Amino acid sequence: NMSKNRPESRAPPDIFYDQKEAQKYTSNSRMIDIQTEMSERAIELLNLPEDTPCMLLDVGCGSGLSGECLTEQGHIWIGMDISSAMLDVAREREVEGDVVLSDAGQGVSFRPGTFDGVISISALQWLCNADKKYHNPVKRLYKFFSTLYAAMKHGSRAVFQQLYPESPQQLELITTQAIRSGFGGGVVVDFPNSTKAKKIFLCLFCGVASPTLPKALGTEEEAKKKRQIKYVKEREQRGSDKRNKSIKKSRDWIIEKKERRKRQGKEVSINTKYTGRKRKPRF
Amino acid sequence: MRLSAFVRMRLITHNMLTSHVKGVKNGYPLVIKAEDIKEQETDFNPDFISRMITRIEWPALTKAMEMIGHTDQLPEEVPKDYETNNDFLKQAHHALMEIEVITGSLTCPESGREFPIANGIPNMLLNEDEV
Repeated sequence: NMSKNRPESRAPPDIFYDQKEAQKYTSNSRMIDIQTEMSERAIELLNLPEDTPCMLLDVGCGSGLSGECLTEQGHIWIGMDISSAMLDVAREREVEGDVVLSDAGQGVSFRPGTFDGVISISALQWLCNADKKYHNPVKRLYKFFSTLYAAMKHGSRAVFQQLYPESPQQLELITTQAIRSGFGGGVVVDFPNSTKAKKIFLCLFCGVASPTLPKALGTEEEAKKKRQIKYVKEREQRGSDKRNKSIKKSRDWIIEKKERRKRQGKEVSINTKYTGRKRKPRF
Repeated sequence: MRLSAFVRMRLITHNMLTSHVKGVKNGYPLVIKAEDIKEQETDFNPDFISRMITRIEWPALTKAMEMIGHTDQLPEEVPKDYETNNDFLKQAHHALMEIEVITGSLTCPESGREFPIANGIPNMLLNEDEV
């Protein structure tokens, strides 16, 4: 069962992110790369005005990896996190933002209209858990979203990334409380056809009546149409093939596989006359 | 690359933090008690400071400077020409971005609840009965 491996199923965040776990965020380069890539995409989705240094909030800033991306783009940020071990790592790494030890489920304690945007990487799912006896996820989510809404400037966005909702109910729990707090917006799914590259973002708008969601990556409508037409054609041609699948290792099979991988956002070499050709036997 | 040896609480963060203890109506501004203060030069970004001025509670900033015993004189009010007044923007930059509280506390003006600052990190965690 996948969900058992997820950190939020194991222990509350202030306990799970102890010194040992927090250190991974300074030494594990794969983890760092993934976090950085997600942060950059989240910042892109914020759609901040160009060449303008903004004041941003990073919810669940952890060791400050996402914050460093904000710094690189010339923004000033304040981070909040519930794990003091993670914030100690942020201190060791000498991040540029100020950080505050605080529990998002207890509300965001900043003045109204402070932030030009909010990002949050892999943090929101923690709020869906009842880690303590007196925790009520609905109440905590509402407290978080309503106080966050107040702390944001009108017209600004909050982007929550890599919510791998354990169930559709969890996502509904989150969005219901966000809408109740006044936010508009919805979910953007990058690379929906890929299990690995697929990324889910909750993109919330503060004070925008009918927001248009940003375009997701790897879902071009046109490509979709072309693909559908092509498949109809191929199906007709093959006809006799009962399962409509090409013979394994054949040229068609290879091209189809490449198409599929391309849709998943992976790098694929171009098709040439050599694609799928057998090598000559050599001695 | 600028290097800072600490995560710190700058006065810009203080200017935006409020107390969120249950039942508190006006938990602003937080009273600073500073035991350890540092000053650190940072890049002056006039665009950012000028954008932030409208969002800054100016009286809270001048009060914060007093509370930490800083001698720098800030003007009592934001001048009308603040966007082009480079001297003023520099003063504001220094106060907001370069003065750091490393150790001390923040106190809610209404409830008296104290939030400790250690290693430059304010601890805003509430107890169960304060939520």
